[in-house]
Amino acid sequence: MSERGQGGAPVVVARGLTKRFGEFAAVRGIDVTVRPGESFGFLGPNGAGKTSTMRMVSAVSRPSAGELTIFGLDPRTHGPEIRARLGVVPQEDTLELELSVRWNLEIFGRYFDLPRALIRQRTQELLEFVQLADRADSRVDDLSGGMRRRLTIARALINQPEILILDEPTTGLDPQARHLVWDRLYRLKREGVTLIITTHYMDEAEQLCDRLVVMDHGTIVAEGTPRELIDAHSTREVVELRFDDDGDGDASGDGGRVARLGDLAERVEVLPDRVLLYVDDGDDVLSTVHREGIVPASALVRRSSLEDVFLRLTGRTLVE
Amino acid sequence: MSGPPAHLAPVGGWSRWQRSWWYHAVVYAQTWRGSVVGAVVLPFLFLLAMGVGVGHLVAHHHGKVGGQSYLDFLAPSLLATTAMQLGSDESLWPVLGAIKWVRTYHAAAATPLEPEDVFVGKLSWVLTRALATSIIYTAVIGIFGALHSWWALTLPLVGGLVAVAFAAPLITWAARAQSDGPFVTYYRFATVPMFLFSATFYPVSAYPAALRPLVQIAPLYHGVALARAAASGHAQLGAIAAHVSVLAAMGAVGVVLGRRAMRRRLVD
Ligand SMILES: Nc1ncnc2c1ncn2[C@@H]1O[C@H](COP(=O)(O)OP(=O)(O)OP(=O)(O)O)[C@@H](O)[C@H]1O
Ligand SMILES: [Mg+2]
Repeated sequence: MSERGQGGAPVVVARGLTKRFGEFAAVRGIDVTVRPGESFGFLGPNGAGKTSTMRMVSAVSRPSAGELTIFGLDPRTHGPEIRARLGVVPQEDTLELELSVRWNLEIFGRYFDLPRALIRQRTQELLEFVQLADRADSRVDDLSGGMRRRLTIARALINQPEILILDEPTTGLDPQARHLVWDRLYRLKREGVTLIITTHYMDEAEQLCDRLVVMDHGTIVAEGTPRELIDAHSTREVVELRFDDDGDGDASGDGGRVARLGDLAERVEVLPDRVLLYVDDGDDVLSTVHREGIVPASALVRRSSLEDVFLRLTGRTLVE
Repeated sequence: MSGPPAHLAPVGGWSRWQRSWWYHAVVYAQTWRGSVVGAVVLPFLFLLAMGVGVGHLVAHHHGKVGGQSYLDFLAPSLLATTAMQLGSDESLWPVLGAIKWVRTYHAAAATPLEPEDVFVGKLSWVLTRALATSIIYTAVIGIFGALHSWWALTLPLVGGLVAVAFAAPLITWAARAQSDGPFVTYYRFATVPMFLFSATFYPVSAYPAALRPLVQIAPLYHGVALARAAASGHAQLGAIAAHVSVLAAMGAVGVVLGRRAMRRRLVD
């Protein structure tokens, strides 16, 4: 399923990749292959090991065990050469707050040893690309969170990387800022840049990723395209029911409501604030629910999402 | 965006540690709130108050200190203590901040730079600042007439050596530190006593014999002694070699440990 017309040798290959901090294993032997030009996602909740993985794939953090090659090179011996071809957007922005937007890019251009004239030219192009051209001389300290995120993305592009690694690119941004970031990432993807993205937003994963892995407790619990994952691990539709009388999911407390619902669906998930019925035809099941005399305070029929896949695989919701 | 991929692009020809040096220079140049005037006026005022003012009193009562006028005695130690101060101020909070708070060293570690380059870039920037500051101080001391030998031309090197002797171990410490709490303690119980008691304001002979070894193991003592020797031109070769060795050893040990500490911290 990984052969989807992406030509060329894989740009990242990890086998049994492991990261330990003392006794604790944050990443536990994961296998990942990223092909050139694809957009590859790591979806997982807090503490899943996404950042630990990204830092290894960025050729910064040393793997504790397993094999890792990036562009076919070993990051332990070719760190600088590999990093020269990567762009990294870390989970935290790591910008120089006291300096202007322009100087932040200039410093990074220098880190990659680009000639000054080229840095100037790319700074201009990149600031236009992320819509910050009018803030070139503002101090970073004075920028909003969304602007800083865009600047961090611009900074990661100063060396025209072949792979752009983004660790939660839109966490904490408002919807408008998120869509702007997504739009820019689409454009980069169209230009052939390989994207490696972590997120705990399933809509982000669905929007941006050709292929993704679901991570939990340092391991990969599923892998595929968003569509494949949903088909494999969930039903076509989901009926979401909310109840006023706080049945609490306790079958005895509401006259076996959950048990009765269970007969109607392939699978039932009882969450603190709602009950999910996994079914093929939502509308049909919902009318049966009403016929059975079960009266929810509100009801909603929707298509299955990665959120449901995650719930199925881990028994937990992605964003608590 | 057009052009070849970056690794094929024409290069600026800077070695990796030099790029880190440049980063530190930019941050300093862009955020420095003082002025060149301040850097010159401060030693002027200090020498005026302590050297000329106190020197007058001293001349009145005893005449000489360590065989010199008080101004001649004091002025070089000002250069050495300033170098220590600079080497310390640059190395503790700014380094821990760049690792832990603003995390800009982590940003650098995600580029072709290696953690060792960040360490060397930082240390070489401290050296640059110390040399520049020491040149100004040497000129000011000269204006006060407290330079008596061509050896005084080596004063900036003394300032650079002292700054690196302190900065290298202190950057190492900051690269390992989890919080800045101990830094305050260090200033209170190491920097300030050294500033006061490294034969800075009066000769080591003024201390009771039992305390003298204590003074003489203070790193700043060796810097002050070197600066004084350079300004006056009076020194024994053996003593100079000993002072230089102590400071150089501190710097060398700091470099060896600091490169490792920075790597451990940034690649974990
Ligand atoms: N330097 C470190 N030392 C010790 N433990 C660490 C270190 N870095 C991460 N961990 C631990 O490893 C686990 C995985 O952390 P990681 O940051 O990789 O997760 P994540 O998936 O990125 O989570 P989040 O969504 O919160 O960013 C966590 O339990 C974390 O506490
Ligand atoms: Mg993370």
